Order: sequence, then C-alpha cells, then structure tokens
Amino acid sequence: MKILNCPINGPRPLQEFHFGGELRPNPLDRKDGADADWADYVFNRDGEPGVKREWWYHIPSGTWFIAERDNVTDQFQRTYLYGAEQTDG
Amino acid sequence: MDRRLPPREGEWIDRSQPVEFRFEGQSLAGFAGDVLSSALWAHDVRLQGRSFKYHRPRGLYSLAGHDANVIVEDGRRTNMRGDLLPITDGLDVYSVNTSGGLQRDRWRIMERFDRFLPVGFYYKAFHTPRWLFPHYENQMRQVAGLGRVHPGNAAVETPKDYAFCDLLVVGAGPAGLAGAIAAAEQGLKVLLVDEQPHPGGSLNWQWSGNPAAQEQFGGMLEQVRAHDNIELRCGTQAAGAYNDYWIALVDDRRLTKLRAKAMLVATGCFEQPAVFQNNDLPGVMLASAAQRLLQLYAVKPFDRAVVVAANSDGYRAALDLHGAGVEIAAIADLRHDGEPTGLAQNAADAGIEILAGCAIAEAVPSGGKARIQAAAVCPLEKDGSLRTGSLRRIECDGIAMSVGWSPNVGLAYQAGGRFRYAEHVAQLVPSSLPDGLFVSGRANGRFELHDQIADGRRAGLCAAAHLGRFDGNLPDSPQHQASPPSHPYPIFSNNGKKNFVDLDEDLHLADFKNAHQEGYDNIELVKRFTTVGMGPSQGKLSNSNAIRILARLNGASINETGTTTSRPFYQPVRISHLAGRRFHPQRRTPLDGWHRQHGAEMMHAGAWMRPEFYTTSGSTRDECILAEAKNVREHVGLIDVGTLGKILVCGPDAARFLEHIYTGRFEKQKVGRLRYGVACDETGVIIEDGVIARLAEDRFYVSATSSGAAVFYREMQRWALIFGMKVTLINATGHLAAMNLAGPKSREVLAGLTDADLSPDAFPYVGVKEATVAGARAIVMRVGFVGELGYEIHVPASQGWHVWTSLMEAGRPHNIRPFGVEAQRLLRLEKGHLIVGQDTDALTHPFEADVAWAIGKDKPFFIGSRSLDIVKQQSLDRKLVGLSFPAHRSGPLPQECCLIIHEGEIVGRITSIAPASTLGHPIAMAFLRPDLANVGAKVTIRTTDGRTADAEVAAMPFYDPDGARQK
Repeated sequence: MKILNCPINGPRPLQEFHFGGELRPNPLDRKDGADADWADYVFNRDGEPGVKREWWYHIPSGTWFIAERDNVTDQFQRTYLYGAEQTDG
Repeated sequence: MDRRLPPREGEWIDRSQPVEFRFEGQSLAGFAGDVLSSALWAHDVRLQGRSFKYHRPRGLYSLAGHDANVIVEDGRRTNMRGDLLPITDGLDVYSVNTSGGLQRDRWRIMERFDRFLPVGFYYKAFHTPRWLFPHYENQMRQVAGLGRVHPGNAAVETPKDYAFCDLLVVGAGPAGLAGAIAAAEQGLKVLLVDEQPHPGGSLNWQWSGNPAAQEQFGGMLEQVRAHDNIELRCGTQAAGAYNDYWIALVDDRRLTKLRAKAMLVATGCFEQPAVFQNNDLPGVMLASAAQRLLQLYAVKPFDRAVVVAANSDGYRAALDLHGAGVEIAAIADLRHDGEPTGLAQNAADAGIEILAGCAIAEAVPSGGKARIQAAAVCPLEKDGSLRTGSLRRIECDGIAMSVGWSPNVGLAYQAGGRFRYAEHVAQLVPSSLPDGLFVSGRANGRFELHDQIADGRRAGLCAAAHLGRFDGNLPDSPQHQASPPSHPYPIFSNNGKKNFVDLDEDLHLADFKNAHQEGYDNIELVKRFTTVGMGPSQGKLSNSNAIRILARLNGASINETGTTTSRPFYQPVRISHLAGRRFHPQRRTPLDGWHRQHGAEMMHAGAWMRPEFYTTSGSTRDECILAEAKNVREHVGLIDVGTLGKILVCGPDAARFLEHIYTGRFEKQKVGRLRYGVACDETGVIIEDGVIARLAEDRFYVSATSSGAAVFYREMQRWALIFGMKVTLINATGHLAAMNLAGPKSREVLAGLTDADLSPDAFPYVGVKEATVAGARAIVMRVGFVGELGYEIHVPASQGWHVWTSLMEAGRPHNIRPFGVEAQRLLRLEKGHLIVGQDTDALTHPFEADVAWAIGKDKPFFIGSRSLDIVKQQSLDRKLVGLSFPAHRSGPLPQECCLIIHEGEIVGRITSIAPASTLGHPIAMAFLRPDLANVGAKVTIRTTDGRTADAEVAAMPFYDPDGARQK
C-alpha cells in the first residue's frame, strides 16, 4: 500500500485517502467559450505520461490537497494545499 | 534400511527428541527438526509422491520447497509439501493425487497415454461439443489434481500483525547477515527474515566443510544476535512486496503486514536441474538437495552417485558426499575444459573419476521406476549435443545435478527492480533498482563466499546512505571473476520422451518444441499454452530452462526472449492466513434501538440501517406499509429521518456559495424560510436534492440525501476552495437526530411540546424555526415531502430518543404511528416527488426530470449551468411521468426497471412503483419518450415474466395536486 503525505496530517497509508481526479481550471474561467471547448473541458482528461497535479482528499480529517504524481512511475513527488503551489510541500 | 548418519556438526535435527509419524499408513520414526522428506529418505523411502499428469514416481528433489514433488494431506490440512513440513508426533499424512495409495496408484496407467496427451491437448480435445465440457472437466479433475478440500473443517482464526522497520533484509545467508550487520551498525532498525527455521542460508550446507567459512558464520551470527538494532525472524517468508515497501511476512502462525523504509533482497538462488531422460525419478536430485540432506538432517543421500556438474559447486558437493561415505562413481562435467580451480585436483585425489565434456543422457530406472540403477553418461559434441553412439553405463543409485543457478528475485521484481541476463555469470542480474531497493549476494551474481559477504556489506551501507544514516565512501563490490556458475544450456535430448523441464506440470522438452511449432514463440504465450511455471512451485525450477529452450528455438538471446513475471506469493500461503475478519461499518441513528424494540423490520440504506416498516401481527408486509401510509394521510405518523445529510453552511459568502452549488436562487431567500434545491455536476446531471433552510443572513442549514451526503459534503468542500469563498462547512449529519412528524394531526401533537407559535401565520409552510421541542433545542421545518401538514424536527443526537418518545406519547390520543421507509416512499410517490438515484440515473438532467422550475432565472453561473445551456437547446429524449394502473386488473404488475414497449421498441422504463396506494390503485413513475407522454396516453410495459401490463400516463402529483393539505 502506498504512503501519501497529507500536508496537514503527514504521511498516511493510501486507504485513508480519496482520489479526486486531476486538477482542472476553474469552470468560471471556462464557461464563456464555445460549446465544443466547454465539452472538451467537461469530458476530456489529460492521460499523457508525466507528472500530474491531482486532487486528493484525506477522509478522516476532511482535507483536500494537491499531489504531484508521476503517472509513469506512480511516485508522488510533492503535496501541498490548494493555492500553495509556490511553497515547498 | 537406515540412511541416518552419525551426528554431524551443525545438523538441524535434535536426536534427543524422537518423533513418531505415519506416511501412507506406515509408522515411521524421525527426529524433531526433520521435515517429512528427510525423515522418509532416512528410511530409504524414495517414492514420496506422484506427478500431476502422468502419475510418475517422484521423490526428494530440491529439499528447499523449490519443487512440488511431494505433496501430502492429513484430512484437515491439504497440499502440504514434504520439504517444508516439520514432522511432529502423531502426524499422519497421505500423498495427494493417487488412487489406491502411492505405491499402487491406479492412475500410473496415464503415462502409457502420453502420446495422446501432448501439450495443449485439452484445449483441442475438449473444445467441442461445448455441453460435454463439464463432464470432461469432472473426469480430468479425478485424474489430475492436488489435495482435497474439506469444507466441514472448523474455521481457523489466525492473528494479523503489523510491524515497522527501517530496513527489511530478506534472507539470512552470508550476504543477508553481512548486510544486516552493516546497516545496523549505522543505526538502522533492521528486520532480518529467513524462510528456513535457522539462519545461515547456504552457509549451513554448501560451506559446511570449510572451517574458515564456518568461523566467519559463527562470528556474524553472534553479531546479529547481540545487536539491539537487529530483529531476526526465522521460519518467516517475505511472501510479497507491495507499494512503498509494504511487505507481507508469513510464518506458521500469522500474517504480518510490514512497513519498511527500504529492502535488501539477499535471497540467493534456486539451483536449476539439468534436462535429460528420466531426470525426474527418485534418486535424481539437485546437488544442493543432496548437501542439505547430508548436512542439515544427517541423512546419506545415496550409496553410489554420479554428479553432473558445470561449476565449482558440483565439485564441492561431490567432495562433501565423498567425505560422508558416498561413493562418487564419476563427475560428468558439461564443460570440455573441466573445472579450472584446485577443486578438480581435490576430487582426483579423492579417487573420483572426472569425465570432462560429458553429460548424462539418461537415468536408467530400476523395475517399478521408483529408483534408478544407473546413469547413461555420454560425451558432448562441441556444439553441446550428445554423441549418443558413445553412451557409457555407470551403475549408481543417485544422480546429483549441479549445472546452474537462477536468482530468487521475485520480491525485487515486485518492488520495481528490473533484470538482464549477464553472460559472465550466465544468469539474470539487476539492471535497474528503484530507490530503497537493494540486491546482494548470489541474487546479485556474487558467488564466491567472500564476494557474497562483501556485497552484502556494500548493500547494507547503501541502504544506510539511502536513509541518511551513512555519508562515508560506499565500497565497490567485486564482480564475479571465475567461470560462470551456470551452464548456458543444460538441456540434452537423446530422443527420449521423458526429459522433464517442468516437474509440477509434467512438461517435457518435446512439449516446448511442439508449442513452438504451433507458433507460440513468445515466452508469455508459451507459458500460457504449455502452463510452464504455473504449477505449485511457480517455475522456480523451470522458468530458467524454459527461457533457454525458447531462446534457442527462436535463435534469439536470453535478453531478447525476456522473462516471466513473478507474482506474490513467493510460496503458497494458507487461506486462513489471508482471511480477514468481516468488517462492514454500519451507521445507526440514535433511534435505532427504539425501532428494533417496536417491531421494525430493518433494511440497509447506504451505510445506514433504517426501519423498512413496523410489523403488526396478522398483517403482511404490504398491508403494514399501506396501513402506515394511510395513518399519515388520516391521522399522524412519525418517521426517523436522522440519516439525512445535515450540513451547516456559514460565512459572509454562504448565500453566494449555495447559488454556485445549487441550480436555484438563495441570495434573496428570507431568514426563516426553506427552499428546495437541486444540485448538478459539471455535465448538468442531477447529483443531489435537498432542502435549504436560512437560519440567519450568513447561516444556512442544508439537508442532503441519506446515501449521497458524504460525497456531497466532500465536493462542497472542494468547490469552496476552488471558488475561494469565505464560507465554513460543518457536516452535522451524525451530531443530530431528525424526525418528521406528518399528518393532519401533527400540529396538535407538536403544540403541547414546543414554545414555538405553530399558527399558520406565524409558522407557515416552508418556514423554519429554531425552537425547543420537549425541552430540547431544535430546528423545526415545515416540509411537505409526504404531502401532509408536517414538521421535520432536528435535535442533538443525545436528545433524539427523548424527543421521539415524547412525540409518540403526545400523539397517542391522535392515533400516532411510526412509519418506515417504504411508507414514506409510497407517500412521496403519490406526491410525485422524485428520489435522486432512484428516479434519476447517471445521465438525468433537470429538464427531463421535470425540475427545471428549480433553476434560477438568469443566473450567471452554477455548477452545470454551462452544460444545461447546451442541453436546453436540444430536444428531450425522455421525460419523467406518472403512470396509473387500473384498480381492478389481473396479471402481474411491472417492477422497477421494467421496460415500456411501443411498436416493438423500448420507449421508457419504470423508475418507482407502488403496487398499492392510498388512492386505491397502483401508481408508478417512469421515464417515457416525450411524444408518447401526454396525460391519458396508454402505455404497455413488459413485466419480468415476459408478459405485459397496461397503464395510462397520469398527471403528477397523483395526490392533492394543489398542495392544499401540506399548507
């Protein structure tokens, strides 16, 4: 079982977490585009190999945060609270 | 005949503890410390098992659990292996897979049919007719199989344990001991495990004649035992490696889930057999098995043996056997140049004949095939083929094979290590290892004892450096310099039919040639077609040779041919070790006990238990439900709705936040009023509905569906972050008890228990008040889910029981009755209120569910708004309608999910149905094609038994369309 480092609670086993999908743009910033662009935003996800920014949720404490994960090696590289990308997680 | 030798230095048996056991009904004696196979061989019982397919006689082969020749059962436990089963007093075992006992096994006859049973025969023979396959399967399971499972056995509960360490060292041989000591000296907490009952690995049997090695062994063992940082666990296999060094450790008693920070794999090698005619008969064994038998159990393996060798280890084995009184008739050395070290001279000095450039072409069986009587030794051509014209028969009762090794690195593979074939050792060595994984010793291609120890020490220091506990210079590890310990192709054919590659599955060389001819030229395909490596020993002794054979057939290198994946578990693990306790978390409301005391039939509702209905003696389920519903319509009822999600939304942005979450408007909602809310996802699909109560300008109390509340709360938390709003969310679902008092008499029941003014003007429909009820602080809401005057009362969980019983008491003069989930579902269906998830599915948007009225006009944004703008332009495929069935009808009623058929096409689906209603006839809700959905239109529904039922589209709500009763 993998270990994931919650920015609030520290390293915890993966079963305490819920995966929340990739980090995507705020829909408020996308809603004024063409229908096709919106459909692309709603339905398509980036599956390209590489480092992904993903939402994760620590279930017992109710903490959402962002994890950077290399989906080729399945290694978490860093984690931080939403909006705290600049600080080292 | 007794083959037990006088006591030997380092033996594992305890001669002070004799043990009596039975094998195939025969009483035998051994010592504590013996395994079944060693104790049997000590009595010269060589026939110890029968093979899987041909029922060939089989005996001791690896004596390390690397083969699966000897499998026994005792009527309670099954599929225990002779190499690994300690004998104990009273042990009474029989060989599996025989008919009429091991000696007289009737299925011996199978071998005569071998030419009708080529590889893949059952794919071809039993393919058609398909209906006969179960018959064939049953027949085959009688003939080919393993032990019987006894379903009547009592359940065995095994403990599960957890452990933590810095470094797990797997294998307590020379490299593992050295690695554990080096790491522990740098301050790492080390867990050292070994599958054998004693530490030392090959030091116990391969180097036992070497005093310097034994002295070194003793010194390392003393250090390990004395060091506070090292925990040594023997009899423990590291069964599987999972993410982030989460390792399954299995011992006789329990499964331990270990979290390590790094892992050192020092698991050594599996010795590999040579392939020749009859290489499976009892008496043919790995040289390491003969050494183990001799050194660990003090049993003389043979009287007169031929050793087939391709490395120094074979000469060491021959000298060990010679020293123990075994006559070594010859060493057949596969290498034309023979042994380059001084061991060759030592063997010659001992009077052993050395036949360089020779192989064994055949083990010659004695009558009955349970023994061998000679080895047919044959010179080799330069290309490695047999010069069969020059066979020489050498009388012997044993053949020891020392032709090569295959690294035992399944764990390293599972942990992410990758391997490549290296010519200098003619075996796989690591090509890349992930952070925190280390491999050392023979598994890392280091075969000289001092190289193994140095390599173990290097790996231990590397692990310490990886964990930040060592910053000195990391030593280099010397590469193997001598000739390769493994022969590149120890496979010989003199056109015999019984040269086995995989003993588990009875596969011989010809099977691989046939598979290749059929076009299976890829290792993964060969594995599946031939089943090589798929038996109980999982290819420990067969994968290496299979790859060598396929590489040669393909004219490719080993690296081009590839390897097969080694999955958990390393050795079979008993199911009882894996079985977990049942753990299904279940939520219960504060009123759960009351319901059970009052005859409630409880049902699962998501994670919750809820009353389905309350039983009444003499009434059926449906009668009870209808009576509960009618009582709500005519008098008053009380239902536990504590399972509803209850979320407090507070803060200056609370109203704006809710306008983003829900389709409706909340900014102008008055304090003290409720609104119905529908929430969609970004595609515009309905995911939630509920009631939003405004308790203050900046404080809302939101209810969510019982099953969706946890997810909805989680998503609300995320949206609050994304929108960057000043809003605080509190999930109070478990903090509060909730009940709905509904019916024309509900005001009268509540009036005596509350300080709130319940008059219609002071507390109108869709009003909310914070008040006291039966002395408890409560939020009281005028809701109309069931379509009657009603009050939903939320109180602290600790007060729930008191308030509920107070209401029941106060309601007694008014015929109050509790009602369950089923009655509530009926009542809301009569009102045409949908249930998200029941009447909507994963594609339902508000327009087709007829809740578009809940979308706020001219809202700039809510989640899903952009998608709904698009959907709105498209025509509807379906809409949610009411269906009414005649009161007097015959034939079956449809069930939920039954399809509506029109001119042979599916045009809709029932989402909810009530077989009986307070209206006197069955009603339903359904999705229907819009052009067929006019009120009064007739529809035909296919019932589950294939018949049809007729219904008529009806206006919803069915009951009290003006909503006069709930006002």
